[in-house]
Amino acid sequence: MPVTDLVNGVLSGKRRELARLISLIENDDGDASEALSQLYKHTGKAHIIGVTGPPGSGKSSLVTKLTAEFRKRKNTIGIVCVDPSSPFTGGAFLGDRIRMQEHYLDNEVYVRSMGTRGHLGGLARATSGAVRAIDAFGKDIIFVETVGAGQSEVEVIDIAHTVIVTDVPGSGDDIQAIKAGIMEIADIFVVNKMDISGADKKVTEINTMLDLDPREKAWRPPVMLTNSRSGEGVSELADKILEHLQFLNESGQMEQKGLKRSRDELYELMRYKLTQDLYQKLEGKPEYEAAIKKIAARKEDPYSLAERLIAEFLFSESR
Amino acid sequence: MRDDSKLRDSTKKWEDETVAKTIKRFPEREESFKTISGLPLKRLYTPSDLKDLNYEKDLGFPGQYPFTRGVQPTGYRGRFWTMRQYSGFATARETNQRFHFLLEQGQTGLSIAFDLPTQIGYDSDDQLAQGEVGKVGVAIDTLADMEVLFEGIPLDKVSTSMTINAPASVLLAMYIVVAEKQGVSMDKLRGTIQNDILKEYVARGTYIFPPTPSMRLITDIFKFCSQNMPLWNTISISGYHIREAGSTAVQEVAFTLADGIAYVQAAIDVGLDIDEFASRLSFFFGSHSDFLEEISKFRAARRLWARIMRERFKAKDDNSCKMRFHTQTAGCTLTAQQPDNNVVRVALQALQAVLGGTQSLHTNSRDEALSLPTEESVQIALRTQQIIAHESGVGDTVDPLAGSFYIESLTNAIEAKAMEYIQKIDDMGGASVAIERGFIQREIHDAAYQFQKSVDETKRIVVGVNKFTVEEEPQFDYLRVNPKAEKEQLTELKKIRTKRDDNQVKHALKVLRDAAESDTNLMPSIIEAVKVYATLGEICGVLREIFGEYRAPDIL
Amino acid sequence: MSSSKKIRVLVAKPGLDGHDRGAKIVARALRDAGMEVIYTGLRQTPEMVVSAALDEGVHCIGLSILSGAHNALFPKIMELLKEEGIDDVLVVGGGIIPEDDISELKKAGISAIFGPGTPLDEIVEYIKANVKL
Repeated sequence: MPVTDLVNGVLSGKRRELARLISLIENDDGDASEALSQLYKHTGKAHIIGVTGPPGSGKSSLVTKLTAEFRKRKNTIGIVCVDPSSPFTGGAFLGDRIRMQEHYLDNEVYVRSMGTRGHLGGLARATSGAVRAIDAFGKDIIFVETVGAGQSEVEVIDIAHTVIVTDVPGSGDDIQAIKAGIMEIADIFVVNKMDISGADKKVTEINTMLDLDPREKAWRPPVMLTNSRSGEGVSELADKILEHLQFLNESGQMEQKGLKRSRDELYELMRYKLTQDLYQKLEGKPEYEAAIKKIAARKEDPYSLAERLIAEFLFSESR
Repeated sequence: MRDDSKLRDSTKKWEDETVAKTIKRFPEREESFKTISGLPLKRLYTPSDLKDLNYEKDLGFPGQYPFTRGVQPTGYRGRFWTMRQYSGFATARETNQRFHFLLEQGQTGLSIAFDLPTQIGYDSDDQLAQGEVGKVGVAIDTLADMEVLFEGIPLDKVSTSMTINAPASVLLAMYIVVAEKQGVSMDKLRGTIQNDILKEYVARGTYIFPPTPSMRLITDIFKFCSQNMPLWNTISISGYHIREAGSTAVQEVAFTLADGIAYVQAAIDVGLDIDEFASRLSFFFGSHSDFLEEISKFRAARRLWARIMRERFKAKDDNSCKMRFHTQTAGCTLTAQQPDNNVVRVALQALQAVLGGTQSLHTNSRDEALSLPTEESVQIALRTQQIIAHESGVGDTVDPLAGSFYIESLTNAIEAKAMEYIQKIDDMGGASVAIERGFIQREIHDAAYQFQKSVDETKRIVVGVNKFTVEEEPQFDYLRVNPKAEKEQLTELKKIRTKRDDNQVKHALKVLRDAAESDTNLMPSIIEAVKVYATLGEICGVLREIFGEYRAPDIL
Repeated sequence: MSSSKKIRVLVAKPGLDGHDRGAKIVARALRDAGMEVIYTGLRQTPEMVVSAALDEGVHCIGLSILSGAHNALFPKIMELLKEEGIDDVLVVGGGIIPEDDISELKKAGISAIFGPGTPLDEIVEYIKANVKL
């Protein structure tokens, strides 16, 4: 499909075209960046909400309930759920569909699952592009649900305006996970109590940890209680999410986030382009293969060869 | 315990000399042998393997605790097992005809298959029922269908088993009312409702409500029946579907009994006395392909349940400790290839169940990997049971395989391994929690996947599928559900909807709603609703609104 | 470095039957063969299956049904795929499906039906060979 058709399709709300575009982004197709660059001026309108937390803490159920809540408020919704790809086969189960069932037939809800395809940090490499495509598609709110493996899933702050960290009462390991990494990124904590007791204790634990944080903060992350099965507490959570958005706008943090995001993204794209470029130029070149052999044989050292090859392949006009 | 050092020495000698010599010339087929469930097998079992077995404590006598040798003192010498073929398709009218046919053929109990909309609490005219009406069983929307289903069948003379779970109360209520109209009071009714919701979450998939209200529906039935229906089996705690979903024999025993424990605990928690309801609990197992393992499985399950009831739940009455069970030969072992071979598989599996002491038996028909069975196939399946009963002689002495070194060793092993699982499930907080976390589903799924791979890699032979295959013509002679059945059912339902008194229905549903919102027993108000021809879908609809619907966690 | 194209498959259970042993085993085999597998869970209407396939941009849909409702549901799914303009998706089916229903289903656009006893590899290979990426 020509890029202009793709772009027009997305802008006129065609799900098929949106799905195709996201597939192209996932496959790192050249047309994808072309389309995204044309769509860029139509983005920046959606409120992007990241949802992260340990496995089994009810992320998908919570997103499902929040979707229902925001649908009641007449918002349109996009959802991107990320699941881990197997490092051995590259395959993945993208399972969250099962929980999202009640929204299957709602045209105003778009759900897309993706495998990490080897990317670390809790998201897939294509997540950011997919979110942007859905933004251009016109959804008001976009949920990004991370893998949920725990500690290192901080990448979601680069994409999301509001980050929700979920947790369940119970095992102490969870709290360790939070301490170790995702504590700092939360704008809102959600303790998903379901049928399990001990929820209040968990709330106290998190609040205690927040008290220990020495940094001055204009927004202290609230700790909310929900039951993502019955839907209890979900409406209050939705209010709190909107409150956070308002805070971002009024405090000027939204603008700062936007600048930081643009800086990071520009740098990241340049870096990625360069490495791609380098890879393509080196791959299969006899000089490259010979260099590797020399290093292994201790005839040359990798430090100086790296410098030399970069100069030669990346910055030499003749290549 | 006796000293078996002499025997061990001679066994060693036999292995070192006689066996070693033979193996040198004729190596064994495999390096190590395992049962189909993966339990390791020795070359030979001897009295050494049973040196810790205490006859009185571990086996005892038939009809006595711990019931290892069966729940009937005289085994099948008094009466054979109940030959009960599961059937039902299309409309109540057609199923009624099949029932009459089966009873004429000498079947001794009825077993009803319901179609999926009925099992999930939807009326035939529901949008979700499209294409499913009357397909895997009979469609029941209102009492009127149930009246037709049992036309000409005196309900005080037959025992009826109903494979119904989430809406079990509704179908039981309809049965009670049909009997009442025949002049049979409910205290005379004999039969079983499956009513086992936990295994629906795990393996069979026809759940409606979340666990908590589902358990309430079940304990309401326990309570109602303990007061009104002394001969009725209030639940059939089912391992069959767990096995069909791919579990091992040990998992089948463990997960079924863990479910059983959850039901017993739930009943105790609502104030029932164990000896008031436990004797009406019944069980349902599969009979898979490993002949001796299956026989041992039945015996192990019986002993383990008896011990759980006595030691854990302190049941005083021996009847509370009796595991009575129905068996069905394993549908998943039937092959679509060379389907006549299935007759032989079913015969072996049926024999296992009888040697394991089953109370009733369904034998599958040869064509069930392809479609619902034809009348001719059903007849062969029933004849298989009759041949075992009347010709083979296996029912003439009680528990004939007891004392076999192998059978008793395997019985011990299955009991011990099942107990390990139950312990693990207890540690998680019981069967409901283990299901919620997906533990049980994952264990079953892993076993199923491993099994399929071993077949694909021909490590395990399935005759006619991955070995001894032939080119065959596709089979075209099988039962087609009357394509008009769906339409006929819709017409009938429409008629009832116009004929009945809508005000009465509205009122009955209001009473039901109030009961559901309080903790009043639901059975009486469901019976009243059924009487005024409220539909199954309406009754379940009210409960859906109040209880909510269950969504399965994503377990792959 | 460059992420290669991945086959994305929707494994769906239309109809009301709860026998998902086959669907789940196939889902796992496809994942182990390196595909991205989206499993819908039980009780999917044709509309739900097609809506999921559309959003997820899958290349293949695997339908499993054991209730006998395939003649009603499979063609309906094909029809909806066409309406949405994604009938280039490879659709395969499995379950208890009588031999003489198969030709009708194929006419409706189902590419292959895998009955009981089909080796997993055969399904994997078929999808790999026939899917349009």
